[in-house]
Amino acid sequence: MEKTQNNRAWLLVLPVLVVVAFSAVIPLMTVVNYSVNDTFGNNAFFWAGLEWFDEMVHSRRLHEALGRQALFSAIILAIEVPLGIFVALNMPKKGFWSSLVLVLMALPLLIPFNVVGTIWQIFGRTDIGLLGHTLKALGLDYNYTNDPLDAWITVIVMDVWHWTSLVALLCYAGLQSIPQAYYQAARIDQASRWAVFRHIELPKMKGVLLIAVLLRFMDSFMIYTEPFVVTGGGPGNSTTFLSIDLVKMAVGQFDLGPAAAFSIMYFLVILLVSWVFYTVMTNIDRSQSDIPEAM
Amino acid sequence: MAQITLKNLAHSYLAHPRSEADYALKEMDHVWQDGGAYALLGSSGCGKTTLLNIISGLLTPSHGRVLFGDRDVTAAPTAERNIAQVFQFPVVYDTMTVRDNLAFPLKNRGKDAAYIKARVDQIARMIGMEARLDRKAQGLTADAKQKISLGRGMVREDVNAILFDEPLTVIDPHMKWELRTQLKQLHRQFGHTMIYVTHDQTEALTFAQKVVVMYEGRVVQMGTPEELFEKPAHTFVGYFIGSPGMNFLDAEVRGDRALLPGGEVVALGAHYAPAAGRVQIGIRPEHATLVAGGGLPLTIRRIEDVGRHRLVRGEVTGLPLNVVMPEGMPVDGLPQVAFAPDKINVYADDWRVAPEREGAA
Repeated sequence: MEKTQNNRAWLLVLPVLVVVAFSAVIPLMTVVNYSVNDTFGNNAFFWAGLEWFDEMVHSRRLHEALGRQALFSAIILAIEVPLGIFVALNMPKKGFWSSLVLVLMALPLLIPFNVVGTIWQIFGRTDIGLLGHTLKALGLDYNYTNDPLDAWITVIVMDVWHWTSLVALLCYAGLQSIPQAYYQAARIDQASRWAVFRHIELPKMKGVLLIAVLLRFMDSFMIYTEPFVVTGGGPGNSTTFLSIDLVKMAVGQFDLGPAAAFSIMYFLVILLVSWVFYTVMTNIDRSQSDIPEAM
Repeated sequence: MAQITLKNLAHSYLAHPRSEADYALKEMDHVWQDGGAYALLGSSGCGKTTLLNIISGLLTPSHGRVLFGDRDVTAAPTAERNIAQVFQFPVVYDTMTVRDNLAFPLKNRGKDAAYIKARVDQIARMIGMEARLDRKAQGLTADAKQKISLGRGMVREDVNAILFDEPLTVIDPHMKWELRTQLKQLHRQFGHTMIYVTHDQTEALTFAQKVVVMYEGRVVQMGTPEELFEKPAHTFVGYFIGSPGMNFLDAEVRGDRALLPGGEVVALGAHYAPAAGRVQIGIRPEHATLVAGGGLPLTIRRIEDVGRHRLVRGEVTGLPLNVVMPEGMPVDGLPQVAFAPDKINVYADDWRVAPEREGAA
C-alpha cells in the first residue's frame, strides 16, 4: 500500500508543539542554561561547563538532604501503602455508609497544602495545640521545634494523615471492580481470608497500587510546603528535604547555577526511581505467563 | 452426597416484600434426587441463579428451608455445605499456576499432597490442560480459564452437589459440545448430583435427566425432556422448548372437540371438562401437517428450508401457526393443516388442563 504523504499533518501537530514548548521545553532549557553558566544578574552569563554539577555531586549538604528525603519517602510508603490497603478493605462496600466514608476520606485531599501545614503546626504546639498540649499533659517531652525526632514524627504523621486517603481511595476503586463471583468462588473453595486477599484482592489491585505507589513516591520526594510550614526545615537541618534545600539555595542564597544543576539531578533521580518502581511492579508475576498461549 | 429438598422456599431481595411481584423466587416445594442430573432452564432474570445461589448458600432465602438429606442447611454457610459451583464467567486465581488453581479447593480442605497430585492430574487430563499445568493462569484465553473453573468445580470427589451457572457461555461452540459430553460422562462415573443452569434448551435437554423450567420466579415444570416436549405444563414451556415453539390457538373446548373463533372444529385426543379462563389449544409444529382437505384453512406466509426439514410459517384464523414438514414432503397444493389429535394439549389461563379421560368419546 502507498504511504499517504500529507504535510498538513504538521499544521495539526503545531498547537501541541507550541503548548509543550512553553509549558515544558523552554522552562527546562532555561534551567539547563542556568546549570552550565555562572550569572550575577543583568542577563550576564559566564560559561561554567559542568562545574556546578561537579560541585553538587560532591556536596555534603546535598547528600544529607537526599538521605533525609529517601528516608522520608521510604517511611511514608511503608506506612501509607499497607495502611491504605487496610482501610480500603474495611470500607463499607455500598449504601449510605460507603458514601459517607468516601466523603470523609476525600476531605484531607481537598485541603490546600499550606493549610495542612498550618493545621499541624498549631495542632502540635505545646502551649495552644490540642496534640502538643495533650502529650505534654501526659508527661511526654514532646516539642517539634526543638527535638529532631519529634519533628520527624510530626511531619510523618501529618503526611500519613494527609495522603493515606489517596492510597485508600485508589485501592477501594480497585476492590470495587472485582466481580462478586470471585468472592463466591472463594467461599465455595473454602479459601481463608488471607488467601482471598493474597490471590484475589491483591492481584486485582495491582494496577491501582502501582499508581498509588508512584504518586506517593513522587509527591513525597518533592514535598515542600507542609514541612516548610511546620518546621521550616528544622530544628537545625533535620527536616530539610531536597525541595526545601533547593529553594533555600535558589531563592535564599541566589545561587542560581548550583540550584539549576541540583534541580536537574533531582528531576533525574525522581524519573529513575519511578521507572524502577514501574518496571519492578509490572514485572511481578509475569515471569511465567509470558509463554504464549498455544491454542 | 444428598438429596436436596426445598421446603416452602421463596426469596425476595427486598426487605419488606409486599406483593408477589416483589419475590424473585415464588414459593416452591421440590425434591432433587441424590445423584440426579438436573438442568435449570429459563430465560434471563427468571430466578435461576437466585435458586442456585440459595442451594449453594451464597444467598440465604427470605422464606422457607433448604435440606440436604435430613439436615437443615438453610442458615449454614457455603463451606459447611460441601458444594462445588462453577460460575458463568471464568473465575481463576491469576497469580497461581493452573495446577495450584485446580489443587486450591483440596488444599484448603487439608487433603494430603499425594492425593491432591493424583486428583489434579486426573482432572487436568479430563479438561485437556495437562501440558499447561505449570504455567500461570494469567493470560490464558477465556475458554481455557473456564476449563480451569470447571476443573476446580469437579476436583473434589465428596461434594454434595455440583452447581453450574451457565458455565459454557464463554466457550467456543465445538468445545461446548465436548465439555458437555465430559460433564455427562463424569456424572455417570461419580454419580454427583448436578444442577446445570442454562437458557439454552439444547444444552438443558442434552445434559439433564430432568429439566426444571422456570418462568418469572416460579418452577413451571420439572420433567424429562420428553415430558416437556409432549406435555408442557405451561404455555411458557411449550413456547420455550422446541424450535420453533408450540403453536397456541384460542379455542372453546367442549368434551373432545375444540371450537376455534372462526367456527372450525378440531378433534382432541381426549375428553375435557369445561375449563374457566382463557382457553387455548397447543400443538407442536412437528405434530401438525399440511393436507389437501379435512383440516383447517392455512394461509402460508413463508417457507424456510432449515436443512433436514422445512418450516412453514402461516396463519389460521388470523393467528400465526408453524408447521414442520419433513424433508421430501410436498408443500405445494396443500391448502389446509391438520393436527394429530392425541398430541393436542389444552390450556386454561396458561396452565395445562389434564383430560377427564383419555381417548375420544
